[in-house]
Amino acid sequence: MSNPNKPLEVHDLTVSYQRKPVLYGIDLEIEGGSLVGVIGPNGAGKSTLVKAIMNMVKPNGGYVKIFGQSPKEGISRVGYIPQRESVDWDFPVTVMDVVLMGRYGHVGWLKRIGKSDRTIACECLEQVDMLPYANRQIGNLSGGQQQRVFLARALAQESSLYLMDEPFAGVDAVTEKAIVTLLKGMRERGKTLVIVHHDLASAKEYFDHLLLLNMRKVAYGSIAEVYKPELLQKTYGGRLTILSDMATKSAGVRAIEKEAYATEK
Amino acid sequence: MSLDVGNLRAKRGLSLVSAILIGCGIMILIPQVLFAEQIRGAESMKLFDRATRFFEMRDQSVRVVVLGSILIGLSCGMIGSFVVTRRLSLFGDTLSHAVLPGIAMGFLWAESKNNLALLIGATLAGFLGVACISFLQKFTKIRQDSALGIVLSGFYAVGICMLTRIQKMDYGNQSGLDSYLFGQVSALSSNDLLGICVSLLLIALFITLNYKELLISGFDPEYARSVRLPGDALQYLLWGLLAFCVISSLQVIGVILASALLIIPAASASLLAKRMSSYLWMAASLGAVSGFGGAFLSFLGERLPTGPLIVLKASFLFLLILIFRPHDGVLVNWIKSRWQGHRIAMENTLKAIYQVIESHNFSETSIRMDELMQRRNLGSGGCLKEVNRLTRSGYATSSLDQNSSTGLLPEKRVSLTPKGWEYACRIVRNHRLWELYLTNEARYAPDHVHEDAEKIEHVLGEETVRQLERILSNPRQDPHGKLIPSLVDIERGWLGSKNLSG
Repeated sequence: MSNPNKPLEVHDLTVSYQRKPVLYGIDLEIEGGSLVGVIGPNGAGKSTLVKAIMNMVKPNGGYVKIFGQSPKEGISRVGYIPQRESVDWDFPVTVMDVVLMGRYGHVGWLKRIGKSDRTIACECLEQVDMLPYANRQIGNLSGGQQQRVFLARALAQESSLYLMDEPFAGVDAVTEKAIVTLLKGMRERGKTLVIVHHDLASAKEYFDHLLLLNMRKVAYGSIAEVYKPELLQKTYGGRLTILSDMATKSAGVRAIEKEAYATEK
Repeated sequence: MSLDVGNLRAKRGLSLVSAILIGCGIMILIPQVLFAEQIRGAESMKLFDRATRFFEMRDQSVRVVVLGSILIGLSCGMIGSFVVTRRLSLFGDTLSHAVLPGIAMGFLWAESKNNLALLIGATLAGFLGVACISFLQKFTKIRQDSALGIVLSGFYAVGICMLTRIQKMDYGNQSGLDSYLFGQVSALSSNDLLGICVSLLLIALFITLNYKELLISGFDPEYARSVRLPGDALQYLLWGLLAFCVISSLQVIGVILASALLIIPAASASLLAKRMSSYLWMAASLGAVSGFGGAFLSFLGERLPTGPLIVLKASFLFLLILIFRPHDGVLVNWIKSRWQGHRIAMENTLKAIYQVIESHNFSETSIRMDELMQRRNLGSGGCLKEVNRLTRSGYATSSLDQNSSTGLLPEKRVSLTPKGWEYACRIVRNHRLWELYLTNEARYAPDHVHEDAEKIEHVLGEETVRQLERILSNPRQDPHGKLIPSLVDIERGWLGSKNLSG
């Protein structure tokens, strides 16, 4: 059933935080070499989807396959860019240090980062126009520059699937354009990119596929198929209240079932 | 670029070394203050003797003390770097307080000050404390800071009660136990020293083996998980080593202040270092110097508690770094702002001279001092000071007016040198360009722009000025209808009335 050529497969994924479902029954299959935008209103579960794929939150049901493998094994083939706020920017590391972190998956424990890793890191910094800043402490950079450094780190990972959580948040227009060009270049080289994005208007130009998300999957497909008023209305026009209520209840039931099962045992 | 970086590094290193050196100097002065009475009395020789005895290190016990305190400073500084960068400062504090009941239990168990029993007791209590914190966090809504506060004070209270009970019992050996509260370096045994060495070795080993893993999981825990890095395991190991480090240093620094040696040297390093490697060695060396200094002072003062002295030393070094560091240091900032104040005053005077000359339609090259006083809104003293400053910098010359009858200051005349004239033109140009930009591009009302331009004129860089010129297509007049001195005028060095008509 699982196809090793398919970068990402999500089947009936349900995730809840403290018994409140955030994602409900998500099915998704992403083809190799697509540039996918994940779009939806605040609290639609966009970040949660990314985190569930990255095995950082435990799903209540369903599964994720990365190149046909479970997230635990497949995760090493994924390049991940967390939200910028999730990081301590006062940490004593330089731009170069951060980009070299991208090489960690290729180096491993007890091995030193070598000259070839440094060369790769320099090339990645060059690609995002940040090489002149290599020796700066990361706290001294602007928001856009910090995001570029994150991107350079992802490039240094040399993964085939990338997940990015709001890479355009707090970034100036010039940087945003530069990042988009870079992402399209990555797609040309056969990478698959899944990007959480907050701006509906620019999504049409930036991506070739869209996932419309609001707790459930509203639609997934190419821009031509999905970027339609009625679907967007469905995504942004508020929650389906009955679904939301019943899902909350059923999450409670599931927890009760679990407890009952545990006591029986 | 690389030269610049090297230079910066040298400056940082220099300020660290100078902070340590000044610290050592003051350290020698402190005993004179602390033990002033002894010095005055017949005891003065004794103090000097003690100091020489300390520095000669012929004594076995002195050697143990010096070595122990330096090694503790090193290990606390190193592990403290990770504690501070991971925002676990309060965690270290809680841990050190939580071990107190364990020490009391160990003592009751062995019925003497048996090091091994105390160590076991302290370790158990420390881990119990950590378990309590994680329990509170996992199963209640209580946030981390409150959980730490509860465990810290709760365990400490139990420990104090037990210690008080013990002191009322009649074992012979209990007197040494209160040294665990504030630290007593002179009671350091070679067994204690062994424990300290082991903890330092373990910490050094842990850091060298896991350096890049610690870096990644400290900076970006989510990313660390995404590359399958065992972040949680590292965190627990770090906690364990932290506990071991704190417990092994209790004899020297005491339960109450143990966390200070973890936090203060590392926090001082955070003011200077921009990379983890330099952060580490700075924190370690600051810790070692503090430990050594505290031990020395304690040794001089006949069994003064060591903990407070070490912490005093560390805080003092922190203060020195805060004041003297090369970027954003208190001193550097003060000098910078003073220098900038002088520059702005000078520029304002130059501008005032220009404006007076302009009000005479550029017919004269010099102006009377009283005109300048009026324009600049300064008294004769202040004005003279400004003019003298301009003269010293070669921007202006002053002379006596030929028509002057009294020869008093207000009748003196000031004229600008070519260099001064160019500078004045540039400032006036900045001011007027900015005013024009605000009215034309930002749609400000003409009577709103002057105040803003008064500030901006001093900070506009060459590049911005060129940009403004381009945007405004090389204007000749400002919003108030006054001439904007052009680049050509500035280059000619003199803006006579001919140029105006031309």
